[in-house]
Amino acid sequence: MNGKVIYADNNATTCVAPEVFEAMRSYLCENYGNPSSIYTFGGKLAADIEAARRHVADLLGASYRNNLGQATEIIFTSCGTESDNAAIRSALQTRNDRHKIVTSKLEHPAILNLCRELEREGYTVETVGVDGQGRLNMDELERAVDSDTAVVSLMWANNEIGNIFPVEAAAKIAHRHGALFHTDAVQAVGKVPIRLDESEIDMLSLSGHKLHAPKGVGVLYVRRGIRFRPFIIGGHQEKGRRGGTENVAGIVGLGKACELALAGMDAEIRYVAMLRDRLEAKISASVPQIRINGDMEHRLPNTSSISFEYIEGEAILLRLDQRGICASSGSACTTGSLEPSHVLRAMGLPYTAAHGTLRFSFSRYNTVEEVDEIAEYLPGVIAALRAMSPYWKA
Amino acid sequence: MWDYNDKVMDHFLNPRNVGEVKNPDGTGEVGNVSCGDALKLTFKLDGNGRISEAKFKTFGCASAIASSSVLTELIIGKTLEEASKITNKDIVARLGELPEEKLHCSVMGMEALQAAIADYRGVKAADAAGDHEGRVVCKCFGVTDVKIRRVIRENNIKTVAEVTNYCKAGGACSSCLDDIQKILDEELHRKKTADAGKSEPGFAAWPVVRKVVKVQEVIDREIVPMLEKDGGSMELVDIVGATVRVRLQGRCSGCPSSGVTLKNLVEDKLREFVSPDIMVENV
Repeated sequence: MNGKVIYADNNATTCVAPEVFEAMRSYLCENYGNPSSIYTFGGKLAADIEAARRHVADLLGASYRNNLGQATEIIFTSCGTESDNAAIRSALQTRNDRHKIVTSKLEHPAILNLCRELEREGYTVETVGVDGQGRLNMDELERAVDSDTAVVSLMWANNEIGNIFPVEAAAKIAHRHGALFHTDAVQAVGKVPIRLDESEIDMLSLSGHKLHAPKGVGVLYVRRGIRFRPFIIGGHQEKGRRGGTENVAGIVGLGKACELALAGMDAEIRYVAMLRDRLEAKISASVPQIRINGDMEHRLPNTSSISFEYIEGEAILLRLDQRGICASSGSACTTGSLEPSHVLRAMGLPYTAAHGTLRFSFSRYNTVEEVDEIAEYLPGVIAALRAMSPYWKA
Repeated sequence: MWDYNDKVMDHFLNPRNVGEVKNPDGTGEVGNVSCGDALKLTFKLDGNGRISEAKFKTFGCASAIASSSVLTELIIGKTLEEASKITNKDIVARLGELPEEKLHCSVMGMEALQAAIADYRGVKAADAAGDHEGRVVCKCFGVTDVKIRRVIRENNIKTVAEVTNYCKAGGACSSCLDDIQKILDEELHRKKTADAGKSEPGFAAWPVVRKVVKVQEVIDREIVPMLEKDGGSMELVDIVGATVRVRLQGRCSGCPSSGVTLKNLVEDKLREFVSPDIMVENV
């Protein structure tokens, strides 16, 4: 490796934007007070948190403000996973006459493993399937939701293939049966326009580090009027809805990141889609026997899932790593689990393809030159590994 | 991220002996695409019965490719007899180390070698490994109880997690973990009993019937045929404590070397096949 890194794994995490870092800087060493304190040095920070809260609400299209001008639908948490746990647990506690959760087979482990735990606790879980393009089976969803359903939780966009689920339609189905609707929007926020004011979505999770804020800060949006029970119980912070001293620097950083995302969204969507399409066109032209996965009409602009048949993903990634190229794989071998990605399997992707699936995900910090370098280097790696594969017939 | 050592990375990035040997003497194919790894090993013997050429094709991760590459290095120049003694432990030793979760890659190398040797010897590969016999325990990876027991014995495995590391069983949906635990418990129990068996009561304390049956069996099978070659024979007279009394017959009776025969043949065979405690007397 020559030290240069081509980072094409922005669905895993993103760099902290320079503007975000600048905004955060003073909150670490200088303005380090506790926002709950009575004196100005600490107490003034509460106003900065409220400013960040409004930026988050603006990005989500949530215009409600209380009489103090606070965007109280926004609760700061530590990460997307905490937000997901808080949302589902709260729904089950506030709808305690209902015992069922409906979700999908493509969810992130933050939801799927939580659901598995809830099953052990006695709840019923139904996971709705998808078709070969990873599109949600809406008939199955209709059948799954009933009067015993406390909450329907569906991801807004899938991390591996980028599919965008019809969350609005799903929210309507949930409400028709009196259930709450939560969406894990960790991959969607900042990448697609969101207007919660015009939506029936009750709760939404997001994670800072997916949109150029630091790791360690997330948000749970809870629509006003929806009853909420805290997941982390402690002090009075976040109006008693999330105990624990505020991560002031992280929250300020997230506010800044949301401000940047909103201002640049249209341009960023066009730009990353151009990068993604350029990569897919070049790889399609230079590498035989590939498949591009997902719902081509409804997917994130930055995400590309490509299967290279008859070879294994970890081997591809480690060879790309030699050139400093960072991507991820749906292969089992990269994670230590032995099965390929649950997403690709739910789509019914053949094993020959699932093991050799790579995900490239771009951000506004990627360049055309980087895409071209990936497109130039990758075919040689694929050819070398295929030459080694007992299944490959040239 | 895996922490592969330099040796593994070297064999992954610069694999030795990739391809297929033309007109191979033996071919071994193991694994399958649904499991995420597969290996095809081919070799050719020279005039002296040594492996002169060995090549591999592998579908799998870095450690699968590296394991295959060192496997070819390990077997080239060896006779089939020598090669058949190579195990997954030799592959791991040659690589220095593999992450625990990747040990199944080295097992795959050993299995491909066994299959290729079996192929040369004209045995059907799958039957040779015995992996398709028995009951499928892990449905995700198609692993049978026979294979699980073999892996447990060969690698002295103590936990279910190790079983998964060595043969993948239980590594996907995990619904068979209880079943694997049961098999493991049986194997551990069996081993414990076998170990205990080594210090079982001495021959003198055996029930008489068992003594007689065992000793007679070995006399008929191992000893008499040897004596008959020289025109002699022998019969069992009595067993007292750990002493087996026999009567040498035919040319053996009165033979000057009958004392040597008694010690070197009769006593040795009985000690080998029945119990090391045995002493023999001619009456």
